Amino acid sequence: MKIIVLLKRVPDTEAKILINQEGTGIREDGVKFIINTYDEYAIEEGLLMKEKIGGDSKVTVVCMGPGEATEVIRTALAMGADDAVHIADDALTYPGPFTTATILAKAISENGFDIIFCGKQGIDDDMAQVHCILAEMLDVPQVSVASTFELSEDASKATVGRRIEGGDEMIEVSLPAIVSCDKGLNDPRYASLPGIMKAKKKEIRNKNLADLGFSEVPGGGRSRILKWMPLPKGGECRMVEAEETSDAVRELVRLLREEAKVI
Amino acid sequence: MCFQLAEEERMVQKTARDFARKDIAAVADEANRDGVFREEIYRKLAELGFMGMTMPEEYGGVGFSNLSLTLTLEEISRVCPSTAIAVSVHNSLANYILYKWGSDSLKEKYLPRMTSGEAIGAYALTEPNAGSDVAAISMSAVKDGDDYVLNGSKIFISTGDKAGVIIVIARTNPTGRSRALTAFVVEPDFPGFSIGRVEHKMGMKASTTVELVFQDCRVPASNVIGEEGQGIQIALGSLDGGRIGIAAQSLGIAQTALDETVLFSRERVQFGKRIADFQATRWKIADMGTNLEAARLLVYRAARLRDSGHLCTKEASMAKLFASRIANEAVYDAMQIHGGVGYTEEFKIERFFRDARVLEIYEGTSEIQRIVISKKILEEYEQMYPA
Repeated sequence: MKIIVLLKRVPDTEAKILINQEGTGIREDGVKFIINTYDEYAIEEGLLMKEKIGGDSKVTVVCMGPGEATEVIRTALAMGADDAVHIADDALTYPGPFTTATILAKAISENGFDIIFCGKQGIDDDMAQVHCILAEMLDVPQVSVASTFELSEDASKATVGRRIEGGDEMIEVSLPAIVSCDKGLNDPRYASLPGIMKAKKKEIRNKNLADLGFSEVPGGGRSRILKWMPLPKGGECRMVEAEETSDAVRELVRLLREEAKVI
Repeated sequence: MCFQLAEEERMVQKTARDFARKDIAAVADEANRDGVFREEIYRKLAELGFMGMTMPEEYGGVGFSNLSLTLTLEEISRVCPSTAIAVSVHNSLANYILYKWGSDSLKEKYLPRMTSGEAIGAYALTEPNAGSDVAAISMSAVKDGDDYVLNGSKIFISTGDKAGVIIVIARTNPTGRSRALTAFVVEPDFPGFSIGRVEHKMGMKASTTVELVFQDCRVPASNVIGEEGQGIQIALGSLDGGRIGIAAQSLGIAQTALDETVLFSRERVQFGKRIADFQATRWKIADMGTNLEAARLLVYRAARLRDSGHLCTKEASMAKLFASRIANEAVYDAMQIHGGVGYTEEFKIERFFRDARVLEIYEGTSEIQRIVISKKILEEYEQMYPA
């Protein structure tokens, strides 16, 4: 089986994110980047499936991201993925979900696939759109936010559980399909030391837009990011103090009415 | 000089960090409070390749650098310094000595068991009257047919009661000083071997420290490491790696002291402002951060030198001397900034404060490090400016 895992390089959850002066992106100096947290569940599920089926099953990581993304790709290879496709092009700065899906669809359809696992969303921009658009483009079904996954005996379909308000929803889906993974689906393995050594020899196929047959950024005009802005600073906090609670309440009501003018 | 880590070194660092923060952190508080050595942690570390990380593949190792081991020990020590002890002794002393000086048959017999984590390695040098003064070792080893018979005791042996392979330095020549010591591989089920006194320590409580007792303990002659009489060379030749290990442990402790200090001082409010905004706190934070980075450069440099095959005795001693000192200063200041709560078990700094003290004592006291460093410096000047 051809198992594809989509990977995104995102800023570390602990990193302090600062917007650049022009408002066109974030300041990357000193920011540590990691594998998108939800993608780790996708990698693990891909590896579990490969281990279950055996034979000539193969897990291929597909990642679109800058040159530096090699490191997160290597980590996925060290966890056990077999090979990788790395799509990088200077023209791709903050591509929107439609652009990303168009490029991924092209790269993935070149070699075919039986299943695609990905994280339920990127923890950086939280759009959660790429896999849905990608499913449309590849004309396959998709199940999002999977919390359980079970392959049928003949590997022609899968039963996917989704944690929803008040219970679980069980969905049967025929393969090929796209499954986006949620926390709790599995317990992602560490990149072992022998795995890290082996990963050095695994193949990463580098592709740019021209290699994939694009003469310009596809779908660039559909939507674009106008500006990035920092969160507005929180207002001043004022403590209302008085000997008696009732006096404090009276003062608070007065402030809300006369100064804040909200009541 | 540039200290950019290689991609694979950053990956090892990340696996060590993730493992420490998840698997070790889950048991660290309890293990240290109750003084329990958690064997399952070492099994998991072995599964990930950490117990043979610097050994070649043919013996079940992975072939990573000493700097990778240094990064690993630093990350483990950020969470649980006492867990790092067995990882350090096992890798930088036991594995290393067997690999460097052991015969092929000894390597084939023991290293795969050690790299797979089946046997943890320990190192037994110290005696009641010999520690810093290695040549004063008195434990006797007398040749008898195909065996040596060992008599005497070793004290303060880290993980001595949990180890499957113990490297023991004993005296094969009762009177001489040179070529009088020999290194042996001892297994705990050899007749005449037993565990004596178990130490109750101030810190590092998730690591055991015991006395090893040898009463007519028979060790096959084939278990001599290197040759008879090579013991002192082996003991001294393995010190550099051990010292870099303790220096790495110091970095982890100093880093946690800084982390805890900054996090706490941002939360704690006194006199209407965060204590992080008082200059007295700021100066401590500045010193902690600066000292830590300076120590890190010394430690990584020593590890890199060792990886490149250069003699690094002076650099390893400098790294150990400086890193252990600044780690103790860091936990001291960190506790001061925490105030009363820092003195309670509720806060991590209490455990790290106790753990830090031994850094300046074991693997050569700070005084011994100064002797080594000054001797090396004087020798360099002797060469440059002969009297």
